[in-house]
Amino acid sequence: MEPPTVEAPTAVHAPALEMRGITKRYPGVVANDQIDLEVRPGEIHALLGENGAGKTTLMNVLYGLARPDEGQILLDGEEVHLTGPSDAIHRGISMVHQHFMLVPVLSVAENIVLGEETMAGPVFLDRKEADRRIIELGRRFGFEVDPEAKVGSLSVGWQQRVEILKALYREARILVLDEPTAVLTPQETEEIFAVLRRLAAEGHSIVFISHKLYEVLEIADRITVIRRGRVVGQRLPAETNEDDLAELMVGREVNLTVDRGESSPGETVLKIEGLRVNDDRGHEVVRGVDLQIRAGEILGIAGVAGNGQDELVEGLIGLRRPAGGRVTLNGKDITGKPVRSVYGEGVAYVPADRHRFGLVLSFPLTDNMVLTSYYQSPYARGILRDDAAIRALADERIEQFDVRTPSADVRAGTLSGGNQQKVIVAREFARDLQLLILDQPTRGLDVGSIEFIHRQAIAKRDAGTAILLVSAELDEVLELSDRVAVMYGGRIVGEVDGRSANKNEVGLLMATGGREGGDARTPDASGGTAA
Amino acid sequence: MALARRAWAIVALPLIAIILSIITGIIVIVASELLVRQQFNPGLAIDAYVALITGSIGTEAAIINTLVSATPLLLGGLSVGLAFKAGLFNIGAQGQFLIGALAAVAAGIQLRESPVIVAIPLTLLAGMIGGAVWGFIPGLLKATSGAHEVVTTIMLNFVAIATLAAMVAGPLDSPGSASPITRDVGNASLPIIFGRNGHAGILIAPLIAVLYGFLMFRTTRGFEIRVAGANPDAARYAGMSPRRLVIWSMTVAGMLAGMAGATELMGVTRHMTASYGTTVGFDAIAVALLGRTNPLGIVLAALLFGAMRSGSAAMQIQAGVPAELVGVLQATILFFLVASPVIQRVFRLRGAQAGLDEASTFTRTYSGDAAIR
Repeated sequence: MEPPTVEAPTAVHAPALEMRGITKRYPGVVANDQIDLEVRPGEIHALLGENGAGKTTLMNVLYGLARPDEGQILLDGEEVHLTGPSDAIHRGISMVHQHFMLVPVLSVAENIVLGEETMAGPVFLDRKEADRRIIELGRRFGFEVDPEAKVGSLSVGWQQRVEILKALYREARILVLDEPTAVLTPQETEEIFAVLRRLAAEGHSIVFISHKLYEVLEIADRITVIRRGRVVGQRLPAETNEDDLAELMVGREVNLTVDRGESSPGETVLKIEGLRVNDDRGHEVVRGVDLQIRAGEILGIAGVAGNGQDELVEGLIGLRRPAGGRVTLNGKDITGKPVRSVYGEGVAYVPADRHRFGLVLSFPLTDNMVLTSYYQSPYARGILRDDAAIRALADERIEQFDVRTPSADVRAGTLSGGNQQKVIVAREFARDLQLLILDQPTRGLDVGSIEFIHRQAIAKRDAGTAILLVSAELDEVLELSDRVAVMYGGRIVGEVDGRSANKNEVGLLMATGGREGGDARTPDASGGTAA
Repeated sequence: MALARRAWAIVALPLIAIILSIITGIIVIVASELLVRQQFNPGLAIDAYVALITGSIGTEAAIINTLVSATPLLLGGLSVGLAFKAGLFNIGAQGQFLIGALAAVAAGIQLRESPVIVAIPLTLLAGMIGGAVWGFIPGLLKATSGAHEVVTTIMLNFVAIATLAAMVAGPLDSPGSASPITRDVGNASLPIIFGRNGHAGILIAPLIAVLYGFLMFRTTRGFEIRVAGANPDAARYAGMSPRRLVIWSMTVAGMLAGMAGATELMGVTRHMTASYGTTVGFDAIAVALLGRTNPLGIVLAALLFGAMRSGSAAMQIQAGVPAELVGVLQATILFFLVASPVIQRVFRLRGAQAGLDEASTFTRTYSGDAAIR
């Protein structure tokens, strides 16, 4: 077993990867329409596009998961016909998925060798050899990791590095990273970028898929933008800027930063005192949170996912019974009240996971529009549903919130992510509200939809609603919030003004909780060994 | 056009399952003839199916037989179907059926000399309550402790069989009989309104199917059940109480199966022996799936299964093919339905409604959502 070869043995100037005229049709849609993509050795090539633009399809074609209807794939100038992911891996193409494909209870080494085991004889794994190779690979690319550490005990940033190591272990020359920074803090993002630059310098080719414009500008050597299955432009980072890229991506001019204007906060609407909430396993994950939100104000909670934000929100809304503390809404105690009576007090909640909580995907939009109000007049008369009233409501909201759908009768599952979220927003925002809780309101959405939802949130704030915004996207929190609270390890570890907040300071607070030396679970960022 | 496509998406899977099971039946008939008598006789399969069809719908008496057989299957199918809609797998329809029949016979014996107008409704009600109790217990267990309804209802099926035997041998045994047997239910018997054995239950069951459709699609409770079944997390988010819905759905499902048991007892057997038993509760699962938990679909599926039951004797007599072949047909229908992903791929069925959503109920509930909050 030799370390991965770096240089392409054939003509140095030939692109490492070339996709020519790739066309992939699915019933009713052309997902990829004559797409050309060329990645040189040692290049970081960004693939930019909105959700549904065809990025994933193109990568599935590259990874052998989908057969193109037309077009060619060339590796080092030679045409290949990929039969499946194992063929792609064999030819040096590796993919790091957005959702990590790691087994948390196994060690780093076990995860890395999974499917590609280094054997000592016919039965036993050669653990020593595997460990040695992993350490060596890590050292070469500037991130040494303890091969025996359990993956579940690593931070997300390090798990991602394990995924990259896994690709390198398989001697990948072309790495495809699908939205690699979606779950990382700004610091972790910087660290991953350093790793990627090092990989590129060693001659690896990297396809970097993203819809975050500033990141693409920072990391990429070249940027290819696709929209509705077609390549709509190619740019060098030096020649372009965020507005130009956004316009290319969306096809019209977009306002990247919402004009949030001045807020004019009124009376305190929500008051949380010493709130403690346990997770499903009985561990206390919200450990005494105090927060207040006034009318006409947006309070953002920044934090790396999994620091108790979900449980905080569920505790507020009544989905989870708080273990202690008090929640009052306009002076009225709502601690531990059932969900429906909390809603009845004028609280609306846009959940983080729209497929799991926000919608019933197999039901038509009409039913989904009344999911939280189906039992109220005029949508119900006694025990009976009033289909005409529900229908009228759905048609009105679809129009009002610009939900793109053939009709109100289609299943929610057939809509794009952005339109699904608009359905939820239409349902929850249209009510007369005291408090609006937005949990990851724009996760996975395209620029156009994000813009729309941000505008709606600001409008709601200006109408006097108190808004609690929870988001793992620090940019979103900073852009919308009047005040920002940072949540870490179940506590609020800091609060800053939303307009003057410094992104790096908040990011550091998110990553370390404000303590010197950082979290024990996050290995030292400066390149030391893990655990 | 769009409507036709949608309709096809819904009926394609059941139709294919039925056709495949008919083909399987032909293979079984021809192969067993070959193995047993060393004769290759493809005509026998045709004879068997012709006899099966004429035996189930060929004469007025045959049609009435089919309807009588379909009645408990319809009520049982609605029971299982309602539970499926709520995301629950009611394997306990069998036990609920037996307890319903037992409660009906117990009440019917007491009311056997009361006026018909009193005896029939009260006896039917007793059966419904008996079944409801037998559904309520697993519902309550699931809602409070997360005990899986598949496990608890299967166990309650055995409890029901034993309870029935004990009651018939004990307090309900008619004095002076050699073997354990109850008296007949006298005035609590359902009147015969068609032919020789077409009892009034034939008319009650379709009425219940209409009510089932009304409940599911026109009431807020039906909406809650459908949401809780399709996405329990969304139900909680929307402020519904999945706990209460589980108890409610299992109780009503039990009531429907109990009603099936009561009508069968009051309309067909009219008394009970200690070995009283049927397979209605299990066939009802196939009926509910074949009908895709839709009221009209369940009616059609119950008619099909009822026809097979009533035609099986004619098939055995006229074609010499054992009546058990019907069991093979029913089982293979169920098999092909549950294997729906394979069927969809082979026959290239497309569209969101082509698959058997209900099948997810088999697999989903074990994976950790047992703890209902």
